Amino acid sequence: MSRLPIRARVATTLGGAAGKMSRLTGRGDGSVIGGVVGLRVAPDLLRQLAAGRQIVLVTGTNGKTTTTRLVAAAIGSLGQEVASNAFGANMESGLVSALSGAPEAPFAVLEVDERYLPSMIKATRPRVVVLLNLSRDQMDRAAEIWLVARRWREAFAAAQDVRVVANADDPLVAWAAGSAGRVVWVAAGQRWHEDSWCCPECGAHLRRDELGWRCGECGLSRPSARWVLDGDSVIDAAGTVRELHLSLPGRANRSNAVMALAVAGLFGADVDQALPSLRQVESVAGRYTTVQRRGRLLRLLLAKNPAGWLEAFDVLKPDMRPVLLAVNAQVPDGKDTSWLWDVDYRVLRGRHVLVAGERRIDLAVRLEADDIPFELVEGLDAAVDAVPPGSLDVIANYTAFQQIRATLGRTA
Amino acid sequence: MTGPGGWEGNVWEPMNPMGSPSPGHSAFNGERDGGDPSDMLWGAEQSADGAPQASDPMTFQQPAGQRGPAGPSALRLVWIYPDLLSTYGDRGNLIMLARRARLRGLHVEPIQVNSDQPVPRQGDIYLLGGGEDLPQVLAAERLRAGGGLAAAAAGGAVIFAVCAGYQLIGTVFGGAQGEPVEGLGILDISSGRGERRGVGEVLADVDPRLGVDRLTGFENHQGVTKLGPGATPLARVVLGVGNGDGTEGAVANRILGTYLHGPALVRNPGLADLLLSWAAGPLPPLPDEDEIWTRRLRSERLAAVSAAPA
Repeated sequence: MSRLPIRARVATTLGGAAGKMSRLTGRGDGSVIGGVVGLRVAPDLLRQLAAGRQIVLVTGTNGKTTTTRLVAAAIGSLGQEVASNAFGANMESGLVSALSGAPEAPFAVLEVDERYLPSMIKATRPRVVVLLNLSRDQMDRAAEIWLVARRWREAFAAAQDVRVVANADDPLVAWAAGSAGRVVWVAAGQRWHEDSWCCPECGAHLRRDELGWRCGECGLSRPSARWVLDGDSVIDAAGTVRELHLSLPGRANRSNAVMALAVAGLFGADVDQALPSLRQVESVAGRYTTVQRRGRLLRLLLAKNPAGWLEAFDVLKPDMRPVLLAVNAQVPDGKDTSWLWDVDYRVLRGRHVLVAGERRIDLAVRLEADDIPFELVEGLDAAVDAVPPGSLDVIANYTAFQQIRATLGRTA
Repeated sequence: MTGPGGWEGNVWEPMNPMGSPSPGHSAFNGERDGGDPSDMLWGAEQSADGAPQASDPMTFQQPAGQRGPAGPSALRLVWIYPDLLSTYGDRGNLIMLARRARLRGLHVEPIQVNSDQPVPRQGDIYLLGGGEDLPQVLAAERLRAGGGLAAAAAGGAVIFAVCAGYQLIGTVFGGAQGEPVEGLGILDISSGRGERRGVGEVLADVDPRLGVDRLTGFENHQGVTKLGPGATPLARVVLGVGNGDGTEGAVANRILGTYLHGPALVRNPGLADLLLSWAAGPLPPLPDEDEIWTRRLRSERLAAVSAAPA
C-alpha cells in the first residue's frame, strides 16, 4: 500500500469504506460501489493499483466468472495471495475494488467484460490475457462480436509483451489472438458454431473436420495447440494425459479448467500442483450449487445466451429428471428474447419441462414449436411442488437466476 | 411498379387468409408430414444440393403465382445464408413458416443455403435474416454475384427479408463505415446509416389492404430506409423507429421487408400466413388449440408495450 501515491491511498481508503457501508446496509456485496467511489477521487487508480503486480485478465462471452475462479485457484496453489473479482464485477470499478481489497497480493486474476478488454489491457498492463470464446449475447446492448474481435486484435497488436492464452477452437478468438506477440493455444473445444461459420479474416465459409477449422480461401486455420482437452482428460505440452475429475459439471467447465491449467503453467505451477485446487471448486457465485427445497434436490445452472444454454443442456443429468427453465428480459438479460429461437430444445424431449420467468410465454411458444410438452408455473416453489420428491435441474438466465437465489434465501 | 407476373393488384387486394381451401387442393387433406418436422430446421451444414431438378415439371413449368399446394410438390422454404445472416433468432421465422404450413397439411421442404452454395431458383419462399455489418456486405456481394435470388424474385417467388437482409435487397445500403454498398436491387428501397441506433419494442399498423393485424416486434439497427416509387410501406409506426420516417418495412409484389428482427413471424402469425398464402393460395384458419400460445404471446407483448412509458 505504501507504494501508492497519496491521492490513490485516500481513494482506496474511501472506496473501502463505501464498500463496507454497502455490505453493512445490505445494498450490495460491495464489489462495485467501493471501486466507483475510489475512481471518482483518483481516475488513474486502476493503473496505480495494478502496477508491480502479476495480472491475469480473463474474458470471453461465457465462462468468465468460473474460469477466473479456476485460474485464481490454480495460481493460488503456488502459495501466495491472489486478488480477484470473484463475483463477476467485471468493469473498471469491480477491478479497482478487487485490487484495493488485496493491496499486498502479488498476483491478481481479474474477470473483464469483453467490450472493455482493450482499455483494461492499457490500464493494468497484464502479464497474461485469457480468451475463452465469443458468441452472440444480449445484442440489444452489447457490441457486435465481429467488432469485439477486431478491437481485441488491435489491442494485442499494440501490446506485444502480453502473453495470450487463447482457445484455438474458436475461430473468432483465434483470429483476434493472432496479432499477439506470444500465444499459448489451447484446444478447449467449441460446441456453438452459429457465430463462426465464416472466416473472420476474409468471410469465406469455414470448413470443419476432426482437425478443427480452416478457411479454404485465405488459409486461416486452427493453430496447433499446446494444451488439449480430450473428453475428461487434459493433454499438456509434453503429451502427458491426466484425468480432470472436476467437481464442476459439464464440458464447458472442463474447457475452462484446461484454460486455467495453461495459465498456471505460465506462472510455474505444474498440472499436478494446480489440478487438486481446481477439483476443489464446487460452485461459483451460486452457479452449479445444489440446494434442498421442500424435499427436492435442486441444481442451479446459469445460462445467459444461446451458447450458454447449449452448454447447460450438456450438464443436465441423463436420468431424465425434470427441468425448470426460467427466462427474464430485464436490462441485464437483454430486453430482446429473439435468442430463444437460436437454442435447440429438442434434447429436452422426454423430460418433464417446467417454464417460469417474466418471459415464460415467449418460451412456451418456442417449446411448442419444437413439440416439447411443458407446464407453465408461477415461480420456483410452484415448480418444486409440481415435481415428485427427488431432483430438479434449474436453468435460468441472469435476473431469473438472481430471483431464484433470492427465493431460496427465504424460508421454504 | 408492375411486377413479374402482373402481381401488383394481388398484393393490395384484401386477402382472405381465413378462406376455405378449394376442394381441388389435395395438399389440404389434413395429413401432416411424418417424422419430426423440426429435424430439417437444424444443422446449418445441410446442403442446398437437394435443389429441385430441372426435370421436375411441377416446380419448373408453373407460372408464378400458381405454385404450391396445387401439385404434389412441397413448399420450398429457402433460408438464405444462415452462416452470415442469422444474428437474432432468425431461424424462428423458418420454424414458424414451416409449422404453420404443416399444421394446414402442406408439405414443406426447408432448404438452408450457406454463403458458399448457389441459391436455388425454384424456391417458393426465400428468407433473409439479420446480420452484422461485415457479414451483411459479404452476403450482398455473394448474392449479387450468384444471381439466384434475383432470378427467383423475377420469377415471382415470395421473399421475406429482415433487418440487414431487408437493406441488402434494396438498391443501396450503408456498410461498416457507413459507406454506400450496392444492394441486389430487387426491392425499390435505399438505406443508409442513421444518427443513432434504434433499439427496442416496435408497434406498427399494417397497410389495411394486407389484412394483417398490428405488428409487434423488436428492432435493433442503425439503418434509415427510403422507399422508392416501386415499393409501399408495410406499416405505419406507432412505437419505435422502423424506416425512420414514420413508416416500417416495405412491400412490392410478393417481396416483403421489415426491420422487425428475429422471429417477427412468431409474434405476428398473420404475417406468416400472408407469406404462405402468397406462395400457396388461401389458407384455412388454424384450430384454436394451435393458436393458444401465439395469441397469448401477442396479447402479452401488446399489453406490455402499451403499458410502458413512451
